[in-house]
Amino acid sequence: MKTNIVYRGLSVLVILAGLVVWQGCKPKAPTTVTMGDAASKVYVAPGQYDEFYNIVSGGFNGQIGVYGIPSGRLFKILPVFSVFPESGYGYSEETKPMLNTSHGNVPWDDLHHIALSTTKGEHDGRWMFANANNTPRVARVSFKSFRTEEILEIPNSGGNHSSPFITENTEYLVAGTRFSVPMGGKDVPISSYKENFKGSISFIKVNPESGRMNIAFQLRTPGFNFDLSRAGKGASHGWFFFSCYNTEQAYTLLEVNASQNDKDFIMAVNWKKAEEYLAQGKGKVEKVKYAHNIYDDKTHSATTTMENEVTVLDVMEFPDIVYFIPCPKSPHGCDVDPTGEYIVGSGKLAAMMPVFSFTKLQAAIAAKDYEGDFNGIPVIKYESALHGEVKKPGLGPLHTEFDEKGNAYTSFFVSSEIVKWNVKTLEVLDRVPTYYSIGHLSVPGGPTSKPHGKYVIAYNKITKDRYLPTGPELTQSAQLYDISGDKMKLLLDFPTVGEPHYAESIPASMITPNSTKIYKIEENENPYAAKGEGQARVERKGNEIHVYMTAIRSHLTPDNIEGVKVGDEVYFHVTNLEQDWDVPHGFAIRGALNAEILIMPGETQTLKYKPLVPGIVPFYCTDFCSALHQEMSGYLRVSAAGSNTPLKFSTGVIEGEASGAGH
Amino acid sequence: MKSLKPISRILVAVASLLMVSAYFVPLWQILMWAPQYPEGLEMDIWINTISGDVKIISALNHYIGMKHIEVEMFPEFQYMIYIVGFLIGFGLLAAIINKRFMLWSFTLLLVGTGIAALVDFYLWGYDYGHNLDPTAAINIPGMTYQPPLIGTKILLNFTAFSGPGIGGWLFVVAAVMIIGTLVFEIKTNKKAA
Repeated sequence: MKTNIVYRGLSVLVILAGLVVWQGCKPKAPTTVTMGDAASKVYVAPGQYDEFYNIVSGGFNGQIGVYGIPSGRLFKILPVFSVFPESGYGYSEETKPMLNTSHGNVPWDDLHHIALSTTKGEHDGRWMFANANNTPRVARVSFKSFRTEEILEIPNSGGNHSSPFITENTEYLVAGTRFSVPMGGKDVPISSYKENFKGSISFIKVNPESGRMNIAFQLRTPGFNFDLSRAGKGASHGWFFFSCYNTEQAYTLLEVNASQNDKDFIMAVNWKKAEEYLAQGKGKVEKVKYAHNIYDDKTHSATTTMENEVTVLDVMEFPDIVYFIPCPKSPHGCDVDPTGEYIVGSGKLAAMMPVFSFTKLQAAIAAKDYEGDFNGIPVIKYESALHGEVKKPGLGPLHTEFDEKGNAYTSFFVSSEIVKWNVKTLEVLDRVPTYYSIGHLSVPGGPTSKPHGKYVIAYNKITKDRYLPTGPELTQSAQLYDISGDKMKLLLDFPTVGEPHYAESIPASMITPNSTKIYKIEENENPYAAKGEGQARVERKGNEIHVYMTAIRSHLTPDNIEGVKVGDEVYFHVTNLEQDWDVPHGFAIRGALNAEILIMPGETQTLKYKPLVPGIVPFYCTDFCSALHQEMSGYLRVSAAGSNTPLKFSTGVIEGEASGAGH
Repeated sequence: MKSLKPISRILVAVASLLMVSAYFVPLWQILMWAPQYPEGLEMDIWINTISGDVKIISALNHYIGMKHIEVEMFPEFQYMIYIVGFLIGFGLLAAIINKRFMLWSFTLLLVGTGIAALVDFYLWGYDYGHNLDPTAAINIPGMTYQPPLIGTKILLNFTAFSGPGIGGWLFVVAAVMIIGTLVFEIKTNKKAA
């Protein structure tokens, strides 16, 4: 009995001890660790400025988010490919043409990548460029006004993903099709992919003075998917590199069918060679239709021109323009280091990362060191172009940027981490977790010849528990890491709007001195401007009513308008007469099947309104402009169709006894 | 008639020529700060015009019923160029004629003009600050908005400063030189006597 009890007691103890040990062995859930001085490194004191502007793509919101680094504060949501009722972008008569395409007015798009203009490979602070992934377009945004100034549609493209990457001196930006499609809108069976589907890469010339874009030429390529790209720089200036996937040429269940080949390609394009062929008149002019929209800073208005031609070079006819470099497993990133010598392929399903050498590539081309061809285009031997492989870097490499010390930072989606490695030695130096599943990353100046370094920012695809929950749909999560030392240190989480696919950062000192504060009223060339209250008036042209209205603290002129009838179309052309920084006025009218307009000092914007029933309709200033903002309002009298109410307008006129209806 | 010492003649001529600057730099400045304008607003008064943030100042002042500031409001801008021209001419003439009564006359003329200018500016400021539109949006009983003649004054949410601009200071230097020369002449002549 006694021994029995002792045994029992012992066995209970053993089990308990076992449980304790077992619990101790269970892996701990990951916890976020920030270093002690993280707060002070991201603290920007009230009234002080951030060191960098962070220009962040908004993905499916079609906009650009402008943030400060290191604070992570959001300064502006800048509409590009999507309407923005807050400012009236895409709603005002002046901005509607910005979203015109050959398909009509397309009010939304998926803005993926940012490219900041460069000169000699370095940031110059002139323009930001962005691509529309869905209805293929590229946009140019001014760094002075932080406004979209130009949108160019891309013909022959099935979805503009490998875009808008730029050459060293912003000579060209590219637009490579994500989806290959039959050219010229041919009606063919989907299963005829191999026969009929083609790729298309547009080279868009940028005017160095005005920034105006035009499609210089298109390369016609074999049909598969183009993902990302980067231009060569330094020694490799004159070349462009594109990652290609679906070299299987699958057209269904790509998840499986486009993941079969051990190696897809990085396509190296000698664009200087393409220029030579064009100069010899070898390009073929094709009939196409695409919209070119330009916003003029003087008229505050956009205009659309429909273009109808594009010059095409079929690379299968000119094989020395293009070479394929085998790259493992559906490469996403295709990133060129600051020297221009190394090209990093990120096969998103591969267990290692190849780094190619531009010098070796040139030698391989010279020696015709090919392993075969693809649709007549030479495929270089993998080993001949290879500088080396980064072994076991992580899982799911996507994108690489560089610092100024010869290090690379690669994002790993599947293993949810950033890995730092040395470009020359290919040695992995450090790794940090990201929260969660990082997509792209950004080092300030990371894609240029002269990175600014200091930070790497992770733009994550999954947010989960990082912020206070807000129902099923969450903000996007970004993380800021200090890279000034040997080890990367997590400093800050900050939420981002839309879904960032890429971002660039530029020193604030290059941007702030040039920022537009007001538009000079004397330079306002909008044909509907009223450049003073003396010019405010209402004119009838058939059933169109044009109200030339002025706004100044704290009244609208005219603020009493009569003689408008049901069936009329009323255009409120509102000019903001202010000439002081940060005094916008807004304008909205009850029941308008439209948005509001925000009018910057010295600017004119037009809101269209169709009254549907008779009555008195109030309108007012929507931007709290002054102590008497609440008084900044007026009335529009709408009479029945066919009534004979005379057209009249005034501000500050008090009549003896108002005349009643039916007069 | 007593003649001037050579150094005095030179000083008189130099002081007169200093006043030529009045045609090239602002004579007076008014600066204003408010919580919304930490960077400040500036109004510069020149010999024949006003520059700076005049439109912004007028736009703000209309709430309390002050007049819109326009160059046409000031008839002084029509003839100030002649008055200053006369002063310069008189000073140079004094140096040429080289008599002490001319130096006396020039000193009195200069000081008199200076006082007259300040009185004129005060009267304008009084009218601008007191003569308010009775229908103005903001009407605080007993409150007036006369800008300071010289120095700093708090007016509602604004701190206003008034003082000479570069040209004004050069005028002050010229006046000090002329008065100094006169004092010097009187003292040295007494010793000689």
